[in-house]
Amino acid sequence: MDLDRDKLLWIYRRMRQIREFENRLHEDFAAGLIPGFVHLYAGEEAIAVGVCAHLDDDDFITSTHRGHGHCIAKGVEINGMMAEIRGKAAGCCKGKGGSMHIADVDRGMLGANGIVGGGPPLACGAGLSGRIRGSRQATACFFGDGGSNQGTTAESLNLAAVWKLPVVFICENNRYAETTSTDYSIGGPDIAGRGTAFGMPGIVVDGQDVFAVYEAAGEAFRRARDGEGPTLLECQTYRYFGHFEGDEIKYRTRDEEAHYRARDCLEHFRSVVLDGELLEAEELDAIDREAETAIVDAVAFAESSPLPDPTECLDDVYVAY
Amino acid sequence: MAERELTYRGAINEALRQEMRRDESVFVMGEDIAGAPGRDDPEMVDAWGGVLKVTEGLINEFGPERVRDTPITESAFIGAGVGAAATGMRPVVELMFIGFMGVTLDQIINQAAKMRYMFGGKAKIPLVIRTTIGAGFRAAAQHSDATYSTFVHFPGLKVVAPATPYDAKGLLISAIRDDDPVIFCENKVLYDTTGPVPEEDYTVPLGPAGHPRDGADVTIVAISRMVSISLEAADRLAADGIEADVVDLRCLSPWDEDAIIGSIEKTGRLVVVDEDNPRCSMASDVAALAASRALGYLDAPVQMITAPHTPVPFSPPLEDYYVPKADAIVEAVRAIT
Repeated sequence: MDLDRDKLLWIYRRMRQIREFENRLHEDFAAGLIPGFVHLYAGEEAIAVGVCAHLDDDDFITSTHRGHGHCIAKGVEINGMMAEIRGKAAGCCKGKGGSMHIADVDRGMLGANGIVGGGPPLACGAGLSGRIRGSRQATACFFGDGGSNQGTTAESLNLAAVWKLPVVFICENNRYAETTSTDYSIGGPDIAGRGTAFGMPGIVVDGQDVFAVYEAAGEAFRRARDGEGPTLLECQTYRYFGHFEGDEIKYRTRDEEAHYRARDCLEHFRSVVLDGELLEAEELDAIDREAETAIVDAVAFAESSPLPDPTECLDDVYVAY
Repeated sequence: MAERELTYRGAINEALRQEMRRDESVFVMGEDIAGAPGRDDPEMVDAWGGVLKVTEGLINEFGPERVRDTPITESAFIGAGVGAAATGMRPVVELMFIGFMGVTLDQIINQAAKMRYMFGGKAKIPLVIRTTIGAGFRAAAQHSDATYSTFVHFPGLKVVAPATPYDAKGLLISAIRDDDPVIFCENKVLYDTTGPVPEEDYTVPLGPAGHPRDGADVTIVAISRMVSISLEAADRLAADGIEADVVDLRCLSPWDEDAIIGSIEKTGRLVVVDEDNPRCSMASDVAALAASRALGYLDAPVQMITAPHTPVPFSPPLEDYYVPKADAIVEAVRAIT
């Protein structure tokens, strides 16, 4: 595995930041501090981070309604994210997008997306864009098991395959699309096989194991950048919280939740690097404290930011009209 | 030297060609825009040049990377246009018929139209979607709509519908250079019409209306193919001493409210001519504008000459009945003058 010390620390830092960020939102939502809806990524951190570990600032990602983890993994500033989710003027989208449309195009993050299956066509375009420019830019397209059943996803897999686009499709199969389990919604034995059907590698990956994700994504991005075309990674995972905050989660058992929480990606990472003597416990603990502080600071930043002026509603529809 | 004449089709082709030469970030894609993609046989290259031959010859100059035939997969390639536009390119994507919006609408109305706003003004989507409108080809209900008003409804989109070869070239160049997504509606029946078109590149700005005929007695606001039909009606009315002021509403969003209001102030009468269905349409929008901003100038009820509220039928007498005609315009004007 080509993970040096710095990269290992980066991976843990980003995973821990996502976990802290989402745990804090879970609490703040319950306390009535968050307008609207939030869909939390806790439990799935290994996927966003294992994938984005292969991306540079000028690479692109498309995301889903469960997009905070993708943002943090791609390097979007968490202060601006927290302010956005609170609807504040200092939010990374000036409070116009919120959790479901959080984005930072300058960082190559082309937006969380409120439309299930909305992202894959955009990812094809980002891949095409780099391809026509002759760059080595690649695009990561995140979608869920729910999104895998949308026609746009099937169309995009095919288009990326026939054009050999530098896109890696990452299906985050967390076993539930809202309340609907994959046992009910997925025809065929898995989602990865749909990649094979469209003429690309389709690989099932343990989404709780960041090393497995990192390795599979590494080969996928090598293929993408070398002009060999797309790959579909089906990363099997589990979301710790409901579809959105406020969901009573009546569609799965507490035993099932305990089973997956016992395979936590952060705990797995710690055990691998500590057992292998790759990192020291103290440095991981220091990252934990640093992440806690960063989230406390982000909340303070968000709370100190003013609400937008109501007339801001009228701006940013067009570049010029 | 006489001005050069070009067809509406040729004017659009020339605009694409000149912009692709000028700016390497401009590329075109769509279904069969060259034809026979992937075939090595040189006899097969540019097999179609577009289903209505608007993009003919482009692949010979620019190659298959920038003149990109797509599979029949409108959601994926319209969305790819949005993604490419958001990441530094200026795609011109062809949606073969406006009725096909049904299979790709999410990528247009939820992605292209809203991204800049949702992202707090930090994205720009310099995308052009070229599409065809209009009845008259016996192509029936799913290939003949003129339902541009659907797109006008969505903030974030711009919509244009040129009526002449000159405007087709100048508006398309403006649309390609514009930093917002533009739906560019080409009327199929106009493709073979000719008019003066300068050889050099030039722009017609997105917004102002055209004013092809000056008159003091009645305002006729018309869109796309309905402009020439309105001018035909105006000629017949002139024989009776009624002078029509014809406003070519070539830009639907943004639109030129002042040109409409200014004309009504002058004439006191308004007839709107629109090939679209009448409900929630450009015609009703123009009528609402007149009611809210120019009621005091109106001497007669606003007349709306539109297609009926039906899909476009197939059989020739049915389709001919569907399309608004000069007779109806003349009759409407006589009823209020």
